[in-house]
Amino acid sequence: MTRSKSSRRGAEMQLHSRHLLGIEGLTPEEINLILDTADSFAEISQREIKKVPTLRGQTVINLFFEPSTRTRTSFEIAEKRLSADSLNFSAGTSSVVKGETLLDTARNLEAMNPDFIVMRHAMPGAPHFLSRVCRSSIVNAGDGAHEHPTQALLDAYTIRQKKGRIAGLKVVIVGDILHSRVVRSNLFLLAKLGADVTVVGPATLMPPGIERLGARVSYDLDAAVEGADVVMMLRIQLERQGKGYFPSVREYFSLFGLTEQRVKRAASDVIIMHPGPINRGVEIASSVADGPYSVILNQVTNGIAVRMAVLYLLAGGGASEEAA
Amino acid sequence: MTGTGPKKPTGEQVSRTSVSGTIMDEPTMDRTLTRIAHEILEKHKGIEKLALVGIRSRGVPLARRLGGKIQSIEGTGIPVGILDINLYRDDLTAISEHPVLRKTEIPFKVDGMKIVLVDDVLFTGRTIRAALDALIDLGRPRLIQLCVLIDRGHRELPIRADYVGKNVPTALDQQVKVSLKESDGRDAVEIVPAGGRDAAS
Repeated sequence: MTRSKSSRRGAEMQLHSRHLLGIEGLTPEEINLILDTADSFAEISQREIKKVPTLRGQTVINLFFEPSTRTRTSFEIAEKRLSADSLNFSAGTSSVVKGETLLDTARNLEAMNPDFIVMRHAMPGAPHFLSRVCRSSIVNAGDGAHEHPTQALLDAYTIRQKKGRIAGLKVVIVGDILHSRVVRSNLFLLAKLGADVTVVGPATLMPPGIERLGARVSYDLDAAVEGADVVMMLRIQLERQGKGYFPSVREYFSLFGLTEQRVKRAASDVIIMHPGPINRGVEIASSVADGPYSVILNQVTNGIAVRMAVLYLLAGGGASEEAA
Repeated sequence: MTGTGPKKPTGEQVSRTSVSGTIMDEPTMDRTLTRIAHEILEKHKGIEKLALVGIRSRGVPLARRLGGKIQSIEGTGIPVGILDINLYRDDLTAISEHPVLRKTEIPFKVDGMKIVLVDDVLFTGRTIRAALDALIDLGRPRLIQLCVLIDRGHRELPIRADYVGKNVPTALDQQVKVSLKESDGRDAVEIVPAGGRDAAS
């Protein structure tokens, strides 16, 4: 179109990379741009016709080497509501089980000319590798225990929606800090936007040096939750119990489970978050998960708008080839 | 011109087919909007099922002002919505940087409504094409009309306005610069030569 309203605000109003590999490489301005853009996309999901023609003719491959229902479905809905053609590729049904390397898989997908590859992989850095060998825009949907940027963005969007701001809020993140990519992305993001973050969990699940990412460390949930504005619970992977990280689920729940008594210690307008899937009675009591402070399902809804915003901005920006 | 000289200096041709400088000041703009408000009411014989939708960005304050005028004439207000057409642009794959997206806010059901789209300048018609698609995705209006402050010509699509503030013949390389109090601190419409400081419209 002849109108060039786009150039009005200059270069700071776009992402500098055409990939979203992690929160670590984003500036606070880029994070806010994504959150502001998501605000505009939220309305589309409320319409009767939940579709806009923006990414018509663009192809997105959802490449999931690890099981995922929520994230993959959320991406798929976001892609469809933007009119992109999306297809799913999961490790269990692919040639990966036949021994194909990641590089060969990437080259074969690349030969089909996709515009985006949304990737989840158990190895940290796998999407970064893909971004160096593919022409497509790469979106990291979780790489090992490294990053899960769209989860942190939808968490931030939800906090902003409920609290009106992020800077200065007291945020407590509880659970398996060691294995969680959600924590890493959230710590990067919350530090960049100025929140006051404490991570809580058993010492066996607390990685050394985590405070270098800008968080306080606590092993006492009752004390940490005092006056908290946001409590973010993490899933305890039950399969880890056999590995000696904690003696029993019952003990874990009594020390680190979010109960109604503990919620009472937090701020009177606290919000309770969880990236899902939740383990009722392990990290969170059912009455809290379903209670008035829980925004767990809002997070799911917001995930679609945030992922639409990410795809829209990546499609339209990022002259630089450098990985974020 | 009797053609005494073999060649006139540049600018002659431009000035024959177009004007330049300020073409609308604050009182004129106000009178123009008052006239358009009356035209809309005359055409629709009242305000029943009538709504205004401003196209971002400068169509929005214009739609609000028209809404205010209709309110003062009829004694009752009509709904005013806001449309961001960026997701419906036909050049998203061609431009390197996607435009900054803002909210679409239509505070009423569009089904069965008589909607007047409001924008500042009608030029190629591509913005209006996008707006029509965006609006129709929200439902099935009874009818859609178009109101623009300035029609500068050079259409690239079969689109025309139902209500026009002022028809202004322009050269393709000129720019029509609309300033509004709400966004620019003053009311004016100016024609600036190519390469002027604002690329809008």
